[in-house]
Amino acid sequence: MSNMNKKFLLPRTPAEWLEAVMNFIFFLCGILAVGCVLLISVYMVLSGVPAIRKIGLFKFLFGIRWASTAADPAYGILPFILSSVYGTLGATLIGVPIGLLTAVFLSKAAGPKVRTVVVTAIELLSGIPSVVFGLLGMQVLVPAVAKTFGKASGACLLSAIVVLAVMILPSIVSVSVTALNAVPPEYEQGSLALGATDTETWFKVSVPAAKSGIAAGIVLGIGRAIGEAMAVMMVAGNSPNMPDNLFQSVTFLTTAIAKEMSYASGLQKQALFSIALVLFVFIMIINVLLNVVLKGGSRNER
Amino acid sequence: MKKITRRSFIAVCGAAAAAMALTACGGSASSTASSAAASSTASSAAAASGTLSGNVATGGSTPLKNVIAAPTQGLAEVEPGVTVSYDPTGSGAGITGATDKTLDIGLSSRALKDEEKNDVDGTTIALDGIAIIVNKESKVADLTIDQLKQMFTGEITNWSEVGGDDGEIVLIGREAGSGTRDGFESIVDVKDSCKYAQELTATGAVISAVEANPLAIGYASLSAVGDTVSMVTVGGVECSEETVKDGSYEVQRPFVFVTNKSATLSEQAQAFFDFATSTDAADLIRTAGAVPVNE
Repeated sequence: MSNMNKKFLLPRTPAEWLEAVMNFIFFLCGILAVGCVLLISVYMVLSGVPAIRKIGLFKFLFGIRWASTAADPAYGILPFILSSVYGTLGATLIGVPIGLLTAVFLSKAAGPKVRTVVVTAIELLSGIPSVVFGLLGMQVLVPAVAKTFGKASGACLLSAIVVLAVMILPSIVSVSVTALNAVPPEYEQGSLALGATDTETWFKVSVPAAKSGIAAGIVLGIGRAIGEAMAVMMVAGNSPNMPDNLFQSVTFLTTAIAKEMSYASGLQKQALFSIALVLFVFIMIINVLLNVVLKGGSRNER
Repeated sequence: MKKITRRSFIAVCGAAAAAMALTACGGSASSTASSAAASSTASSAAAASGTLSGNVATGGSTPLKNVIAAPTQGLAEVEPGVTVSYDPTGSGAGITGATDKTLDIGLSSRALKDEEKNDVDGTTIALDGIAIIVNKESKVADLTIDQLKQMFTGEITNWSEVGGDDGEIVLIGREAGSGTRDGFESIVDVKDSCKYAQELTATGAVISAVEANPLAIGYASLSAVGDTVSMVTVGGVECSEETVKDGSYEVQRPFVFVTNKSATLSEQAQAFFDFATSTDAADLIRTAGAVPVNE
């Protein structure tokens, strides 16, 4: 109790003062991040809600027509939501198998030299700015897609999926490698001693043992894919169409905001904030999912 | 003094920091507000060199934003005491603002209708020529307004129908809210019914997309078009500064200053008006992507 009281008194010696000042600085740094999150959350809700109330929640979320500058404007964002979901799902479908196999290779099969080279390459890949992905996508991928599939324009959902798949690889690989490396060697030795081959051991023992870590990597990848704006904007075509097929020019939630913000005014601008709010909710859900996955994993390991 | 505990001290400081963060965010939230503030501080610092001061209230057409930004900056060098505010509300609101005298100068990107001319005067300060661009490989050299309309609404989907090689037409346009898009769509009468394959956020992006795809057609401000793409003639008329000025090129619209007939402009508004219509502003307007009328 006396110790408690002492804590609240003003510091006396210079050393105590220094301690107090440093404590305060750390505290300030700590609340800066919390403050930013709070500020952004409050701001998003405050600026996102008015347009939804004006448009109507149902009409906004499930309307299939977006014509923000028309004489008779329509603000339905279902095409954007579906494009974002399909794009992210598609990127996950391509990215996860490749990423997982790469991770198994790096963690278990690769020799030290090969591993160093591949790990460096993947680290570099994660450091490449999204605008560079977009640029390459625009100059190389979009014409290639048009040529391969005999389409007039290659700026479509498929191009966006491919670009996103490459972009989420580093998150999946690096987190999965860490998880696979953490699998106790006894598990694998036990499996090998029972006569299982290397491949059987990796996929039936190592991967299941590391599954919570791998799942976390996948969720991180999904988070990156759904929040990506620049690269998508450069390859997806950006027309507010429903994503009926892979070759449709589509707009994601992120690109809908990015492309119209510069000249938007009035309800159009408010509606863009509402889209941001929807995106924000998506990201929140993904974060909660990530927490659940990580917590579930640690419970299993116990 | 000893009664001030560390916890309360921290709480007070934290609150102060949060308040500072809030004010900082409030300031940066509106770019127009901050730039207006910046120009007003600049004006008070150098007030001695100019003779006029005060604000000129303008507002209206969004595409005019860039066009009046040029003379606004130019005027700031001669008359640093004068600030020009701009409210992006649309041509209709710009004309109404001038009619009911809430604005010194209304901005419109269409010519005034006859019934509007009872109360207000329109002065064309610049023309917006929108070039129709196709890939260099395209064989199509001329299109009519009607053909453009059918192409952009999806009635004509193949180049062979307008005299080109067989191939699907790829429509490249700008994002909703863009002045060029608004201009093109209102002149060709395809407002909000265009079936774009790509909506891009910059004139340069449209030009490079058209450059990259042999089946593409797009539109861009005349001043931005270089020789990487071909401009088609519209109804036989080539798009150039001359044809835009003499009115023979159809895909164009006027940028109009709207002033009230019964009110005289304030000194600073008159100064802005005179500067924007002077030959000095011509190059500034050209940089902003429009064709100046006074040279």
